[in-house]
Amino acid sequence: MSEALIELREVSRRFGTPNGALSRLLGQRPAPIVHAVDHVSLSIRPGEVVGLVGESGCGKSTLGRLAAGILKPSDGQVFWRGRDRADFQAAALKSARLGVQMIFQDPQSSLNPRLRVAEIIGEAPRVHGLIGPEGFDAYVDAQMRRAGLDPTLKRRYPHQFSGGQRQRIGIARALAVQPDMLVCDESVAALDVSIQAQIINLFLDLRTELNLTCLFISHDLGVVEHVSDRVAIMYLGRIVEEAPAEVVFSHPNHPYTQALLAEVPRLENRRSHFGAIQGELPSPLHPPPGCHFHPRCPHAMPRCKVEIPKLREIAPGQKSACHLNDVA
Amino acid sequence: MTLELRDLHTHFDTRVGALRAVDGVSLSVRRGEVLGLVGESGSGKSVTGFSIIGLVDPPGRIVSGQVLFQGRDITGLPEPELRKLRGNRIAMIFQDPMMTLNPVLRIDTQRIETVRAHDNVSHVVARTRARDALGQVGIPSPDERLSSYPHQFSGGMRQRVAIAIALLHNPALIIADEPTTALDVTIQAQILAVVQKLAAERGTSLLWITHDLSVVAGLADRVAVMYAGRIVESGSVDAVLDRPMHHYTAGLIGSVPSRNKRGAKLLQIPGMTPSPLDRPAGCAFRTRCSAATETCAQEPPLTMPEPDRTLRCFHPVRI
Ligand SMILES: Nc1ncnc2c1ncn2[C@@H]1O[C@H](COP(=O)(O)OP(=O)(O)OP(=O)(O)O)[C@@H](O)[C@H]1O
Ligand SMILES: Nc1ncnc2c1ncn2[C@@H]1O[C@H](COP(=O)(O)OP(=O)(O)O)[C@@H](O)[C@H]1O
Ligand code: SF4
Ligand code: SF4
Ligand SMILES: [Mg+2]
Ligand SMILES: [Mg+2]
Repeated sequence: MSEALIELREVSRRFGTPNGALSRLLGQRPAPIVHAVDHVSLSIRPGEVVGLVGESGCGKSTLGRLAAGILKPSDGQVFWRGRDRADFQAAALKSARLGVQMIFQDPQSSLNPRLRVAEIIGEAPRVHGLIGPEGFDAYVDAQMRRAGLDPTLKRRYPHQFSGGQRQRIGIARALAVQPDMLVCDESVAALDVSIQAQIINLFLDLRTELNLTCLFISHDLGVVEHVSDRVAIMYLGRIVEEAPAEVVFSHPNHPYTQALLAEVPRLENRRSHFGAIQGELPSPLHPPPGCHFHPRCPHAMPRCKVEIPKLREIAPGQKSACHLNDVA
Repeated sequence: MTLELRDLHTHFDTRVGALRAVDGVSLSVRRGEVLGLVGESGSGKSVTGFSIIGLVDPPGRIVSGQVLFQGRDITGLPEPELRKLRGNRIAMIFQDPMMTLNPVLRIDTQRIETVRAHDNVSHVVARTRARDALGQVGIPSPDERLSSYPHQFSGGMRQRVAIAIALLHNPALIIADEPTTALDVTIQAQILAVVQKLAAERGTSLLWITHDLSVVAGLADRVAVMYAGRIVESGSVDAVLDRPMHHYTAGLIGSVPSRNKRGAKLLQIPGMTPSPLDRPAGCAFRTRCSAATETCAQEPPLTMPEPDRTLRCFHPVRI
């Protein structure tokens, strides 16, 4: 196994709620804490695409921002090329930051509306000395062409583009600083199916061309299955299963993964029977003790209510966090 | 036949001309049938839904065509009569359940009012009915829940309350406009289960509007595919999804990532949807269609290539 490009080791991130800060000031009850990411370990090798799946609020974006270095962990360590990011000096930190770029769901709000496309794409490489003034135009043209955009449009503003084109601008901007890794957070979620397919194809092309390493966050299992080498499933702040994509989708081990897969509508499943999984998603402010999934799990045992199951290897390359794996 | 649309045209008058949001839609929903209406954003799905129940906002208006409900032409019916139909025989559920829920009223107040507005029953009977309806959509402890406000529910529960309200009068037709689009997979599945069960039990017809072909595959009996204001193809789910005849349908199906295509390039439709103010004449898909010929600049007529199938294409996909 080659060395990880990035490794998150027992990383946690907690947030106090805004109300909590206020009530603390007023000397009331202690602030409610959200464990957005709770002791998560995950490593990604160079050239690997890891899909991160889970339902709304389970901590996917927070984990993505921790990996990108935009957020600092409350606990745990992030290793970049084998070195703890916390030990980085200013210069190393800056280059590590540039090394991971994020692409967001809503290209509209992540692109500065007052800048022309050429500036949006070319600014960071210019500031960081990747290109000099004379090479600027040619560089921007090349970045645009690579993302499937017509360079003659580079004097336009973001609002003059369609949603799919804006996502291409987002991709061009991220790739323009020549990052080692991308964190794509719901990057195709807001797009129509046919436009989504165009962006996924672009991503697959760029991946082969640039040997991209990527953390690909999505709530859409079909998309994740399509682009990922390995998949991690998250539930209320914890990774509950992690395995190569084909294993997760053909032999899911964790009851939550199994339920999720059973409920995903698929083109080939006609007149399905929906609704095998009961119950609401619990509030992240008050996650159930023990295994977070136990109130909804059809296999829950007494032990599940008190003891947190550890994520551990249950078959070569496949990890799962479920007490059922101890029984057998 | 519960619902039939005949060559419906709904336009919005804008400064730069008529925006033909619905541009000749014909479709039908039989009793107890689920029809999936699929299309990408801006194709005219919602305006079609609103046109049926007379809720198109000005400057929008039905320019021509007919809406037949249980055989009766309800196009241009006066508002009081339409309102009676809406609360009673035809119900609508939206993507945002807050469109049907009043945020400042407790659930019981809203529901009991809904019951009593249409049936002359006592408060107690109305309350019982309201509670039963909450139970039917799978809301735990419905008695307690009746005295909650909408904001105290999660998104999925709110949508279930909206469905419970929609079902209250045993409508003959439910128009559901992307009601699960904003929900998580497991919660969406719960909603689909409820709808599936109730529609089957009561013979309710459903017009299920969505951009998600996979949901249609799992839920619907028949499907109508909409592009640029028109139904380009319709038929049974199996026929249309397994043997699409229109090139747009085929492209759409090829665009969906699925099990057997892992890591492979998806089939993609080139270009993007034309602006509704600037659609190509004839077949609006022809600027993106690989099979287009000069003929396609003419309007493709509505044909029936097979029993129970409609198509608007000069050169159908051959399999
Ligand atoms: N800055 C913040 N302050 C307080 N709480 C936060 C903050 N950011 C995230 N959270 C909370 O942390 C949890 C995880 O949030 P996160 O955005 O990572 O979820 P997600 O999996 O990306 O969800 P979605 O699918 O809806 O994007 C949520 O309960 C969220 O409310
Ligand atoms: N109130 C309105 N005023 C003007 N145009 C509208 C209005 N509502 C919808 N439209 C236009 O009608 C077309 C179809 O819209 P809609 O039915 O909402 O599409 P869909 O539901 O398929 O996404 C779009 O071009 C949209 O911009
Ligand atoms: S640990 Fe227990 S509750 Fe959790 S998934 Fe496994 S069986 Fe279910
Ligand atoms: S009518 Fe012509 S342009 Fe339209 S889908 Fe058929 S072949 Fe293509
Ligand atoms: Mg997120
Ligand atoms: Mg709509």
